[in-house]
Amino acid sequence: MPFPGWIVCADLDTDKWAGQRMAVDPLIELRNVNKHFGELHVLQDINLTVGRGEVVVVIGPSGSGKSTLCRAINRLETIESGTITLDGKPLPAEGKELAQLRAEVGMVFQSFNLFAHKTVLANVSLAQMKVRGRKRDEADKRSRDLLERVGLADQAPKYPAQLSGGQQQRVAIARALAMSPKALLFDEPTSALDPEMINEVLEVMQQLASEGMTMVVVTHEMGFARSAANRVVFMADGRIVEDRTPEEFFTAPESDRAKDFLSKILKH
Amino acid sequence: MNVLTDNFALYGEGFLGTVELTVYASLLALVLGFLMASFRVAPVGSFRAFGTVWVTILRNTPLTLLFFAVLLGLPRFGLVLPFQLFAVLALGCYTSAFICEVLRSGINTVPKGQGEAARSLGMSFGQTLGTVVLPQAFRSVIPPIGSTLIALAKNSAIAGAFSVTELLGTYKTLNELGYSIIWTFVWIAVGYLIITLSISALFHVLEKRYGVAR
Repeated sequence: MPFPGWIVCADLDTDKWAGQRMAVDPLIELRNVNKHFGELHVLQDINLTVGRGEVVVVIGPSGSGKSTLCRAINRLETIESGTITLDGKPLPAEGKELAQLRAEVGMVFQSFNLFAHKTVLANVSLAQMKVRGRKRDEADKRSRDLLERVGLADQAPKYPAQLSGGQQQRVAIARALAMSPKALLFDEPTSALDPEMINEVLEVMQQLASEGMTMVVVTHEMGFARSAANRVVFMADGRIVEDRTPEEFFTAPESDRAKDFLSKILKH
Repeated sequence: MNVLTDNFALYGEGFLGTVELTVYASLLALVLGFLMASFRVAPVGSFRAFGTVWVTILRNTPLTLLFFAVLLGLPRFGLVLPFQLFAVLALGCYTSAFICEVLRSGINTVPKGQGEAARSLGMSFGQTLGTVVLPQAFRSVIPPIGSTLIALAKNSAIAGAFSVTELLGTYKTLNELGYSIIWTFVWIAVGYLIITLSISALFHVLEKRYGVAR
């Protein structure tokens, strides 16, 4: 642990938020991370620390780099400079070590990404057998427990296409949990869902948050940010503009960018 | 009509020659094509480059030229094998370039997110390809692979020009024996039809069994 979490997660130039932060045991640390997509500087000197058990919600306008940030944490996006460490270990390059590390960090995608040719049960069991080396019945037993937990025990023999979006996303969460990850990354988990299905997914996420799971959640669900997040990170144009408690962020945003953003989304 | 009944043994031998060439070259083409397709989507740059070079060279070389290169070229480097084996090599390598591209287009039909999901669960590139991507790619490539193998069966006729026993080559003997050239070729064509229609039927069954449900 090179730094206490509360020092490094602050914007170092203006340490104005340092006092508001808990001293945490850092699990995910991003240090001076930069990335371009062609001309676009999509991640600009990103510094972010996520403590163990913390729920960090990342919000911001589209194109602000929040999804890229989320995907960079398990190296689905490579970075050009800077370092990302997980549980003290720097993110390894492509290969076996990276695969091992990814198994420790679950990811839930906007488009669910369930394996279309496998049943719900097999979706949750596959990586347990391939990566953790569990026997089929052992893996299936755990899968059924997890499906029970997300309220889908009766859907186990179906194929993903037979489920609603909300059900598919809950299966995806169960699939990520099956690896017993140290942290979960959510990349806009409810953005592809009908309004009435959003809640069933958010409830599962709330549950996980209250159980102490470390979570990084990119979302537009302000209600979830208010109720479940320990911190809200506001990104715009590839930078972290604010990093504060949800209470402070929503009632008194400091930057004009955040005020503008909130005025647009909270109006109706 | 009697051209067939009189020379059934000769036709049979040629027919079996073509079947053997087709089966062995198909197996080689499928294995190599599979390997090259894996190379072309691999995360390692040098593998991708190798796959691209393989496809570019083999797909753009006329098959006859490739036969000359293999049957006359390789012995110069001390590699002497039976002509039939050489013919299988040439046909198999040539067709593997097409199989590779067919498989790659199948791989591209599988949503990228599923591969990302598999990798995010800690599965290796090989596991992701083998258990998530290829089983789904396989479903959509059954028809074009069938077409490619039918083309292979017909391409095997070129081997006859290099004194490999196969169906088309039988016409030389029959011609010398003075049989009607038209009927000779009609029965040769029927022989090819039997092979190509069998391949069609096989792939029709595979498609029924494994194809994408719509």
